Amino acid sequence: MIRVFFSTVLAMLVALPLRAEIAIQDVTSPKGIHAWLVEDHSIPFTAIEVWFKGGAGLDAPGKRGATNLMVGLLEEGAGDLDSQEFAAAVEALAASYKFDVFDDTLIVSAQFLTENRDDAIDLLRSALTEPRFDEASLERVRGQVRSIISGNEKDPNDIASRTLNKLAWGDHPYGSSLNGTLESVNSLTRDDLIEAKNATMTRDRIHVGAVGDITPEELGALLDTLLGDLPEEGAPLPADATYALPRGGETVVEFETPQSVAIFAHEGIARDDDDFFALYVLNHVLGGGGFASVLMEEVREKRGLTYGISTYLVPKEHGALMMGQVASSNDRIAEAITVVRDVWADIAANGITEKQLTDAKTFLTGAYPLRFDGNATIAGIMAAMQSQELPIDYIATRNDKVNAVTLEDIKRVAARVLKPEDLHFVVVGQPEGLGDQQ
Amino acid sequence: MTSYFRNAFLALILTLPAVAQAEKLTTYQLDNGMDVLVLEDHRAPVVVQMVWYKAGAADEPRGKSGIAHFLEHLLFKGTDTLAPGELSKTVAANGGSDNAFTSQDYTAYHQRIASDRLELVMRMEADRMRNLRLSEADVETEREVILEERNQRTENNPGALFAEQRNAAQYMNHPYGIPVIGWKHEMEELSLEDSLEFYQRYYAPNNAILIVAGDVIPEDVLALAEKYYGVLEPTVDLPERERTIEPPQLSERRLTFTDPRVAQPYVIRSYLAPERDSGAQEEAAALTLLAEILGGNGATSVLGNKLQFDTQQAIYTAAFYSGVSLDDTTFSLIIVPVPDISLEEAEQALDQAVAEFLEEGVDEEQLDRIKMQLRASLIYAEDDVAGRARQYGASLTSGLTIEDVQAWPDVLQSITSEQIIEAAKKVFNRNNAVTGYLMNAEGEAK
Repeated sequence: MIRVFFSTVLAMLVALPLRAEIAIQDVTSPKGIHAWLVEDHSIPFTAIEVWFKGGAGLDAPGKRGATNLMVGLLEEGAGDLDSQEFAAAVEALAASYKFDVFDDTLIVSAQFLTENRDDAIDLLRSALTEPRFDEASLERVRGQVRSIISGNEKDPNDIASRTLNKLAWGDHPYGSSLNGTLESVNSLTRDDLIEAKNATMTRDRIHVGAVGDITPEELGALLDTLLGDLPEEGAPLPADATYALPRGGETVVEFETPQSVAIFAHEGIARDDDDFFALYVLNHVLGGGGFASVLMEEVREKRGLTYGISTYLVPKEHGALMMGQVASSNDRIAEAITVVRDVWADIAANGITEKQLTDAKTFLTGAYPLRFDGNATIAGIMAAMQSQELPIDYIATRNDKVNAVTLEDIKRVAARVLKPEDLHFVVVGQPEGLGDQQ
Repeated sequence: MTSYFRNAFLALILTLPAVAQAEKLTTYQLDNGMDVLVLEDHRAPVVVQMVWYKAGAADEPRGKSGIAHFLEHLLFKGTDTLAPGELSKTVAANGGSDNAFTSQDYTAYHQRIASDRLELVMRMEADRMRNLRLSEADVETEREVILEERNQRTENNPGALFAEQRNAAQYMNHPYGIPVIGWKHEMEELSLEDSLEFYQRYYAPNNAILIVAGDVIPEDVLALAEKYYGVLEPTVDLPERERTIEPPQLSERRLTFTDPRVAQPYVIRSYLAPERDSGAQEEAAALTLLAEILGGNGATSVLGNKLQFDTQQAIYTAAFYSGVSLDDTTFSLIIVPVPDISLEEAEQALDQAVAEFLEEGVDEEQLDRIKMQLRASLIYAEDDVAGRARQYGASLTSGLTIEDVQAWPDVLQSITSEQIIEAAKKVFNRNNAVTGYLMNAEGEAK
């Protein structure tokens, strides 16, 4: 019998308790794999999330789309099982596995019943460590990816974000779609997929969250079974990206459709910047807070120019943007853009009011505990926290950080980050009254 | 890789429903006729309040399409005691979130908030059930918003326009043929009077169901419900929900939708199909299983096996059926062909695959796996009390009872292969069908 070594650190309860007895345990497996665990034996199943840092940013030069295609093939047969046999085995266990890839992260999510835990983990292990990448599956999934790429080329939202990312980040992986292009995807070989897997799915960049009907000892053994056979070390992480978005103005992409889609951005700040929390609160007031935001009030509620407008912070590992999006009919998008610029300039110059700050804090601190609903959600939050190198007691201190933001902080950060003159709009559609069309 | 494609057809999906058997459900009825359901889950100090009205787009007066959804927007505009937008702002200022949604058969409003704030949201929700105050300016501005919503959801999306046309062809006389968001030319004319007329008729306690789910004690919820909702006046002459019904459908309808924005052509066929009926859910259960067997998981389903793996004519196949509906619903089949297969060939391949299935019968192992997943989904559903609240709300506003909802898992388990094949032979009647081709400007998949 394997002896499991684990340490338990009880996180403090947050001001508004999440669950009656939520406590995060730091588990270390016999082979040295870390995970954060919330035990909850009230329902006989477990959710687990495994985050691999790097993600599609690790595509080798000329192999754009390799990581994405590889991830699409993880559920297409492993070990002795071909694609259909693998899918039937998952169904028979009533387990669910999800494989996703993003710019900085590759995420494996699983849920399984306690009664099937060993079989479910064994099956997932084979997908992670001995995927087959059969020729027939490769061609089938390649066809699916090609279809997605073709679809995106005619989707105004996707055209807008691809155009903006290309302008902002150029040749860095952030500057192109992680799906790759038809050309790059056509040229990918089975060897490229194996290489992509060995570059990304390795022991040195794993963060794990687990929630549910499982003890620390059981989780320790599970981690070793599931992840112990992965390669030790992956490819070096990408370099930082160089921000290159044109300062101010609009880039119009002509597309025959009745409603123009606009995505706008300027440079943001990193997740670990000292001003991050102040900017987070400021963004909530500006455009992050749904119906409570200034932009929603000005653009939708007062003027009826759109169904929705929002802004968001995009602090990626190697470059940060502050972004937003809005869609208005072709004859009204110019007015919507003018309102956005005016609001941006006003808040950059004047900050926000005491009441706006108080309301934002009340919302953000009150809403935070409500995020922790459901085993899979909590597992994902814990994996993300570790990936961002946040401490295990972060949940308990996070609301204090929000409450510590002052009006002065907001004013300083608004002046530092909000740059109305830098804000660049990519508009896809047939907008009336906007500059030269591409 | 199938999740992307499933998402692309999300409008058609209703995931396999599941209701935990051991859940703590308490029900009441207030003197004014309002039903109250309380679902307890004490694992987190959170509560969800939902008010469901038995009024949706299919209950609209003729010529006023979109009024149910427009009114849903206007409900956020204010009352004698709430300024426009104040309800949402108050919920947000208390850390909660709120929203609403409209379907053919219901309109629902919901908030999610710390459980000690239930009284706050209940007071506001009850207030706007009977005391809405609207100005002409509210209506003018909000009408622009819903037109932009239609732009975003439908006009900018050829797949959505195509679905709207197919749906109109599917229902020749029943209001399900009219889009929930409304036809654009009718939306442009919706007025303050139209809104208030619909509001005063349908927004009443005897036409509403309150569902409170989360960390609450049923007796406390009842006391609050009596205090805030119990005092509201019912609509005395509430009309029966009787919609115009379909004549016999005697001829298949076929349509082709061409749009240069289409990147991926496909063929989709929908058949008129029975919905879940109270006390008689077997046929709907058989159709639910049939949809899973034919086109659930592409790697194990009949259509996936035959068309994506064996003949490799399809990139994606699926079958959709959603039985929660007040009146007749649809059963749909879709095939997205690989680039060198034409839509005509794809349709033939789809028909052939279904014909073979009816000959070969159900693979018992596949049926067992699906039933296992359905049993497991009862366990997973215990982790999502808000999801269970939505199931009850949608079911109870679509002609089903609590007993029907609770019996549903057992009904599904009881269905045999023979019943599934029988239901399939009955539903696949081309006279009831609409077959649609979605194509790009060049007219065909390359």
